[in-house]
Amino acid sequence: MESCAQTKKYAAKDYKSDLKPIWCPGCGDYTVLNAITRALAELALPPEEVAVVSGIGCSSRIPAYTSVYGFHGVHGRALPVATGLKLARPELTVLVTGGDGDGFSIGGNHFLHACRRNVDLTYIVMDNQVYGMTKGQASPTTAPDWEGSKLTPEGTGINPFQPLVVGLASGANFVARVSSSDPVNMAKIIVEAIRHPGFSLVQVLSPCVTFRPEQAEWRDIVRTAVVDVTDDAARAARRLMTDDGFNVGKVLYKGSRPPFRPEFENTNGSVAELEARFAL
Amino acid sequence: MTVQSVSLVIAGSGGAGVVTAGSLLLEAAAKAGWYALMSRSSGPQIRGGEAAAMLRFATEPIMSHDDSFHLLMAIDWENIGRFSAEIPLVEASLIVGDPTHGPAPVALLSGKPREAALAMTDIAGRIENGRPNMVALGAIAAMIGLPAEAMQAVVEQHLKRKGQAAIDASMAAFHAGIAAAADLPAIPKLPAVGATSGPRWSITGNEATGLGVIRGGVRFVAAYPITPATEVLEWLAPSLAKVGGVLVQAEDELASINQIIGASYGGVPAMTATSGPGLSLMIESLGLAVAAEVPLVVVDVMRVGPSTGIATKSEQSDLNIAVYGLHGDAPHIVVAANSVADCLFTTQWAVHLAEAMQTPTLVLTDQAMGQARAIVPRPAELAFIGQRLVATAAPAAIEGERYKRYAVTASGVSPMAIPGTAGLTHTADGLEHNEFGTPSSQASDHQAQMDKRSRKLTQFNYGDHWADIEDAEVGAGDTAIITWGSSTGPAREALRRFSDAGGKARLISVRLIAPVQPEKMAAALKGITRAVVVEQSHSGQFYRMLRAFYDLPKDTRSLHQAGPLAFGPNRILEQLNAWSS
Repeated sequence: MESCAQTKKYAAKDYKSDLKPIWCPGCGDYTVLNAITRALAELALPPEEVAVVSGIGCSSRIPAYTSVYGFHGVHGRALPVATGLKLARPELTVLVTGGDGDGFSIGGNHFLHACRRNVDLTYIVMDNQVYGMTKGQASPTTAPDWEGSKLTPEGTGINPFQPLVVGLASGANFVARVSSSDPVNMAKIIVEAIRHPGFSLVQVLSPCVTFRPEQAEWRDIVRTAVVDVTDDAARAARRLMTDDGFNVGKVLYKGSRPPFRPEFENTNGSVAELEARFAL
Repeated sequence: MTVQSVSLVIAGSGGAGVVTAGSLLLEAAAKAGWYALMSRSSGPQIRGGEAAAMLRFATEPIMSHDDSFHLLMAIDWENIGRFSAEIPLVEASLIVGDPTHGPAPVALLSGKPREAALAMTDIAGRIENGRPNMVALGAIAAMIGLPAEAMQAVVEQHLKRKGQAAIDASMAAFHAGIAAAADLPAIPKLPAVGATSGPRWSITGNEATGLGVIRGGVRFVAAYPITPATEVLEWLAPSLAKVGGVLVQAEDELASINQIIGASYGGVPAMTATSGPGLSLMIESLGLAVAAEVPLVVVDVMRVGPSTGIATKSEQSDLNIAVYGLHGDAPHIVVAANSVADCLFTTQWAVHLAEAMQTPTLVLTDQAMGQARAIVPRPAELAFIGQRLVATAAPAAIEGERYKRYAVTASGVSPMAIPGTAGLTHTADGLEHNEFGTPSSQASDHQAQMDKRSRKLTQFNYGDHWADIEDAEVGAGDTAIITWGSSTGPAREALRRFSDAGGKARLISVRLIAPVQPEKMAAALKGITRAVVVEQSHSGQFYRMLRAFYDLPKDTRSLHQAGPLAFGPNRILEQLNAWSS
């Protein structure tokens, strides 16, 4: 009964702040916030032992909407902030939240190296294929023929970025795709992502109903992936490269690479010993 | 008393070999009880290529190179002309070259130095495994009065692993060099020193920088390699591990600055080191550390800019970006080291300032001091340890009272909660915010937070460390040299020469570049009616900054020049003499 009491220790609302989100009505990010708080409650993590780090964008506003420790930095740099925090304080549970522009365009290099480095972080990317905060420009995941932006009125003409495939190729240790239309399943997968050691990447199809109103249909288009999780990155990548991007609700890859975790080991050296090397 | 010293250059296309020869000489000088300064200059090649080790030896501490060199020992002449401007030679100077490599290039002869030959290759060839470098070192030792036993000890230490045969071969070549020096013209000899006046260290500016941050309490470093700052990071990697710290190599400078922001937010004092191009990349995130009030230290080992510039050579031209580079009003701290040894003091102080004021602190050093090795009196123990005002207890007792991360306080410093502390969760934010950290676009919040961020810097007690103020005779004279960073070395020596000749002047070397200290400067300039501002930048950045923020004497002149050429003491002395005549 003790363990039962433990799991009931926190409710999702215990992880929410009283701030009202700036998001538009119907934004997918609301349910992502719900799923994150639900997952934290499920894991019964004391709020002060969790940190949520973000960059800039609509979805990067999440830290302030939680009651855990938060860090809202500059555009594209959430992953290095989270890396520094987790390496300095390994006992904390560190989540990173952000959007497709923040993570895959301006922060693209950090994304590659965060996957490579495999620090024990959970990266939740709310992918809506648009820059919402700046009012509707093409993002790295936007289809090449999308003509909805004044900046690229004839479409970008360039292929969308494949975050999960690139993540697998770069060494991410856990890869999943979920839909914001199913917060219960999303929470379940975020729990798994947090529990899995190393760098966990969760792509959330999270519609922008304001600048991509057609994305409201995503809730009807998405389908539960019929594949089971694999530990073979090549197999997972092949599946992802051949699907239409709407197979959701499953963990697609779980690796077993040990996380990068340099130890703060005091080897009983002293500053005096360092200084002695300079003495003549 | 004017420094008794001897200055020489070892140059050649041997790349690292030349620098190694210089290092051996420096170590032997240390054993002989001398003080020394060694800088290096090299071409752009990754390996090999032309290189020069510039050395100055003295029987007492020295801060600067001299105006010219007594000796240029050239192992060969390849591309050596490229250094001609960096190796001032005068009529009293001596060039020694190996006849095997032909005559000295004309570029080196404009000062009409004496010339002599030393058949290093031939002499070395007569010794099994003999090397021309060791012959050169033998000749140099004999010419400057360095005892052979000192070199013997150094060679034994270095070649211990290679065995006795290698030691014997090196020392045979060294002694052959000593014998050959009998035929060479004389240059000044230094007297042998018995017991030195106190303990000495052999250290580079970049090592001193690393040691300074460790002493200050830094235990997390993120690193991205860049010339000429890499040695700071390479020294820190194993050294941090010994004292329970961690160094992580980042994917770029954007990552390294943000990693240290994350680590410091997590409560671990953190730093990184870079040079101009890397600092440029870090600027946006330095503003984040200002807004979110995250303490950290960034060391900029300056090199010639703009852009890639001259990566291997020195300039004091990042002053403007360090002070003004951040967008918005972004109060932060900029300090500058003014000698090899002062890299230790200034970086340790920087950690203290950053932690105490919860703000980013930039430390400016440069290639000339960073990559220079000096034999210096042992630096003093310093009391500066980073002390952060940490919030440990929740205001929980009061129902509904929430923790204010950015509480407006009299000092401007707000108690900082470290993740893991119950009851004090909050979001640190680069968005303008209210006292709780909640994003706010209200004018009143912006005003209050700007006031506090500014106040914590202006109200802090920086003590006497804001500048080194040196008088030949305390309070005497109406003339001042105002300078900063590595221009302080030649300025110090100019002042010494000036007072040896009966002149009276004051040196003000500014260590705290920002925030500015107008009251302290006014006190330091009491009685001064004329001043010369000395700096190594093409546009006179420091002079312009002084003009903007300080009341300077009416007769204030700017003595500035672009890198990589450093001022010789006499360039500065000329201005002092012009005034007094």
